[in-house]
Amino acid sequence: MAEIRLENVGHSYDDGATFALKPITLTWEDGNAIALLGPSGCGKTTLLNIISGLLTPSTGRVFFDGVDITDLDTAKRNVAQVFQFPVLYDTMTVRENLSFPLKNRNVAKDVISARIDEIAELLGLTKYLDIRPQKLRSDLQQLVSLGRGLVRRDVPAILFDEPLTVIDQNFKWTLRGRLKEMHNSTRHTLVYVTHDQTEALTFADKVVVLNQGEIVQTGTASDLFLAPQDEFVGFFIGSPGMNFMDASVSNGDVSIGSTLIGSADGDRPIANGDIRVGIRPEFLSLSSQGTGTDVKINRIEHRGGYKLIHADGPNGNVVAKLANDASFVAGEKAHLIFHPERTYLFRDSKLCGSVSTKGVKQ
Amino acid sequence: MKTRNNKAWFLVLPVILVVAFTALLPLMTVANYAIQDVFNPQSRIFVGMKWFYQITNDQLIISAFKRSFQFSIQALLIQIPLGIAIARIMPKSGWRASAALVAVSVPLIIPWNVIGSTWLIFSRSDIGLGGFLLNKLFNFDFTSDPKDGWGLILTVDVWHWTPLVVLLVYAGLRSIPQAYYQAAAIDGASSFAIFRYVELPKLRRVLLIAVLLRFMDSFMIYTEPFVITGGGPGDATTFASILLTNIAVGQFDVGRAGAYSLIFFIVIQIMSFLFYTVLTLQDREEVTKTK
Repeated sequence: MAEIRLENVGHSYDDGATFALKPITLTWEDGNAIALLGPSGCGKTTLLNIISGLLTPSTGRVFFDGVDITDLDTAKRNVAQVFQFPVLYDTMTVRENLSFPLKNRNVAKDVISARIDEIAELLGLTKYLDIRPQKLRSDLQQLVSLGRGLVRRDVPAILFDEPLTVIDQNFKWTLRGRLKEMHNSTRHTLVYVTHDQTEALTFADKVVVLNQGEIVQTGTASDLFLAPQDEFVGFFIGSPGMNFMDASVSNGDVSIGSTLIGSADGDRPIANGDIRVGIRPEFLSLSSQGTGTDVKINRIEHRGGYKLIHADGPNGNVVAKLANDASFVAGEKAHLIFHPERTYLFRDSKLCGSVSTKGVKQ
Repeated sequence: MKTRNNKAWFLVLPVILVVAFTALLPLMTVANYAIQDVFNPQSRIFVGMKWFYQITNDQLIISAFKRSFQFSIQALLIQIPLGIAIARIMPKSGWRASAALVAVSVPLIIPWNVIGSTWLIFSRSDIGLGGFLLNKLFNFDFTSDPKDGWGLILTVDVWHWTPLVVLLVYAGLRSIPQAYYQAAAIDGASSFAIFRYVELPKLRRVLLIAVLLRFMDSFMIYTEPFVITGGGPGDATTFASILLTNIAVGQFDVGRAGAYSLIFFIVIQIMSFLFYTVLTLQDREEVTKTK
């Protein structure tokens, strides 16, 4: 259990020409469950491997509990890491696989066997303990791999690299629940890499969103959903992602095309010029009465509990998530209604303010 | 009911013909000789199994076979571990890896009798550098001391063929995904544990091939002892194939040589089968268990 601190840590696989991970500085408190979320190739595995020592960063230092461990090799860091696909020792039984990390560190035999029973119980592997993992299905193999990561108690952190990719959907939920439970009782620092937002948002205390080697936002699930700091976060989190529309600001008024939608509201005054309006489908509604930004509805998707209305917006498709009783039909014209507190303004893809509808008649 | 179509046999026919003319028919010629006593092309008599009985009681031949076995076992015991050791320390990527591969492969691309001549000259204690230096350490003379002769042939075989083991093992090692090494590092495995539990299990199939090839080749060794020691000193390096050649083309005793060849052939088949069976035992156990 440890606090993990990165100072200016970055990595380049091609001697500095491009950075897979741009230099970042951050601190993760002891005992937190942290999710690293981002699309493939965003640098999340690179970051994980730097923490576990499988990779030495091109720049920067890594600290566990304030101690610089950048030059310490993986075995000495004593971290646990679980990989995306099962990595097992073919000639060992499941039990031997699970006890391998403990045996290498000279843990007493009775402690090992007690711990193995505990982990096997947690993962439902008890009846497979004495056979070779090669004979198991691949999801069970992954559980053995996972078990090897969880078996040590004294680790400063447990790192997961998309560990549930090969696990079947239903069991994934159960397992995530058990991991969460285990985390609540042991309070290890957990770092969980995933590209699945549901997984990240349900699992972690804190979600770190990475894109193209940069951290774009760190926050809780609701921070990321309600107040995305970056267009990427708005687009990547949520299903479907945020709608973006080109707009302009002049003297504090925000207009899409020639239609005024509200006044710009920011911590700092927002300069005149082009801007992008971002709003989640959950906060966008449609109305066929009155006036506003006109759209033409072209497709309605029934999603069971709700409807997704796809419409031709001022520039490109916009999506609104409406209740099942909304009675729009494809081909109909309507105009957009922006939720006053949840309509954001982005400039250079960074959040710069929101739209307030005070004093504007819609 | 499935319709049977036997046309596929026509597709195998070319292979059967090729194998027949290159392997089966020549072997049948040998089998034909083995049951006759041939005096000259015009006169021969049928002798049945006489040659086979004679060979199984011939001390000269039996000791040549024993020598070959002993030689193969020693060659395997040296070459397999040495090959693994070299492959493990070879560079893994970049120009160094290519350079190492080329350096290692050199012995494999030199004609066999050139290797023999090179080592023959190199090991002579009067004009050869190796022989001269060894002679400073102890009284080395492969032309008179049976132990030196044996040691020299074994050394040449190790020099010539360990590279094959190295290349096979190197390829095997390179095909182990990096994730296994990463997991082993996370699990705190020592370098011996990595070898024992990650590399060795993954190398099993490659090593099976290496052991089979090396066994067969070393058991049939001919060129090196022929060029370097001529089977001597005394009969110290008269291996099974050297003796066979002496009988076949030296004494022109084709009947005896034919029977000898067949026995030689069968011994190699049996030994290879035994090696294969023992080394793949584990695989088959696993298959039967899952069923």
